Amino acid sequence: MSRKPIPQQLVLETATELMSRAAIDIPSDYKQALRAAASKETEDLSCFVIKTMLDNYDVAEEDRRPMCADTGLPRFYVKAGNEAVVEGGFVALEHAIRESVAIGTQQIPLRPNRVHPLSRKDNNNNLGIHAPEIEYTFEPDGDWIDLVTVHKGGLFGTDYRMLFPGDGIDGIKRFFLDTMASFGRRGLACQPAIIGVGLGGNKDTCMRIGKEAACLRTVGDVNPDPEVAKLEQELKDLGNNIGMGPMGFEGKTLVVDCHIEVAYTHTGGMPMSIHSFCHSSRRAAARIHSDGRVEFRDDPQWFTDFYRREGIE
Amino acid sequence: MSKMNVVKLQVPVSQEDVDKLEQGDVVYLTGTIYTAREGVYKKVLESGEELPVDIRSISNVNFHCSPAASPNAQGGYDVGAVTATASFRFGKWMKNWFEVSGAKIIIGKGGMPEQAYRDVFVPNGARYLSTVGYGAGALLGRGIKRVKDVHWLAENGIAQAMWIFEVDEIGPFIVDNDREGNSLFVKHENAVNAKLEKLYEGLKPPALKRYGETTSRADEVIGEPDTQPIRIVNAMPTERSKD
Repeated sequence: MSRKPIPQQLVLETATELMSRAAIDIPSDYKQALRAAASKETEDLSCFVIKTMLDNYDVAEEDRRPMCADTGLPRFYVKAGNEAVVEGGFVALEHAIRESVAIGTQQIPLRPNRVHPLSRKDNNNNLGIHAPEIEYTFEPDGDWIDLVTVHKGGLFGTDYRMLFPGDGIDGIKRFFLDTMASFGRRGLACQPAIIGVGLGGNKDTCMRIGKEAACLRTVGDVNPDPEVAKLEQELKDLGNNIGMGPMGFEGKTLVVDCHIEVAYTHTGGMPMSIHSFCHSSRRAAARIHSDGRVEFRDDPQWFTDFYRREGIE
Repeated sequence: MSKMNVVKLQVPVSQEDVDKLEQGDVVYLTGTIYTAREGVYKKVLESGEELPVDIRSISNVNFHCSPAASPNAQGGYDVGAVTATASFRFGKWMKNWFEVSGAKIIIGKGGMPEQAYRDVFVPNGARYLSTVGYGAGALLGRGIKRVKDVHWLAENGIAQAMWIFEVDEIGPFIVDNDREGNSLFVKHENAVNAKLEKLYEGLKPPALKRYGETTSRADEVIGEPDTQPIRIVNAMPTERSKD
């Protein structure tokens, strides 16, 4: 293994490019799925709304302007191969990521959304205390670094509830319906969208994996556990049977895809979280190799067998 | 493609044009529009500050939005994308705002409660237009030809400043309220509600309830307007781009 350090400048350039791709370019898996949904939607208003969304994506890419003025809360996910070395270490990598957020906010431009929760102070660069969030995971062997940015809003469409084992699949379905039907009204959740569900873990784990399921898995991806995969399909169908489409108008397009992630949890509980991604799935991913090559891709490839492992290994 | 009725209007809009709008019409606007949301409403309607311009003579279309704008090298501003923000939060200011501003069209996200339409919009002959899809920011951004002016940028920041935009066929927007104050959103909600209970059939309720949990599935989660004032501090770009 080469152990050639990845330059900090390359991290900065890659992260800055990801910031603009996430804000402007809609991932191909999502765009295709939305086109397919538009062709199946029979309600006039819902159909018009979806077609307007698709027009908007084209304009965003042609004009190189953000597809939405609420450019969300930019955040980063970093997956490092075990052999990867970064020039200056991971403190330098984090510095580069934070700098890319400030640069992207000014240049693209993004809306400076991040403010102090009480004073409402805005640094005008989307940086602040614990902002952006940067999450790290690791993979055996590789000498590369994967960078993923997600620009998600966050006001509506997310909820958490402590369910219990006795509540079973019924409880899961009810909470799913509750969340979809409440936040779907008037389109507050910015549907249709990829819906992520976290099941189990501690409260924080439950929220994290549910959000990652929404934001870091592509349309069409299924959970490797057949039981979980079956529930993913059931919840997707359930959501689309509510009869609610984009903006809360009558329609059958609410859930573009449903992804569930599970974590081992307390024996007495079955916590559940639900996350609606923004209706444009603003994510962008790239792998930086130790030889300096950078590969951009739509699929974050975040959930690996290793990441979902059960045992010691 | 769906059968939508498209209407193109000049701003300032005439009362006659506004009165002709039908619920569900798709509208494009040309002329001058401005942004005002809680930051502006609080200053004018609660702190009693004078409007920085005679808004009546400039425009009668108020957009509930915050642009993704940044200072440019010419000392002006570039507007990238434009997206509405959820209007239900501003309901408590609308009555007085109509009196002060003479607005005839409010553009925003998600509409307002029917009560607000009946009590406040109808007497003022005003209508509500919703943005479409909510994320159509690039399309709307393209409709903005230039920033004519911006007020209260230093005090309120980019998101809450009062932006005056020159627009050319900005849209699409959908007309929410009819002349009597009925809402398109509510009409569709009622249709959804009619089928909703059936989906819950056979699903047993969870063991642990939530304190104060709503029991009607026809309820909306949007409630009374917030009563806590929002303080805005130092929300101003400190440097202009030199290049």
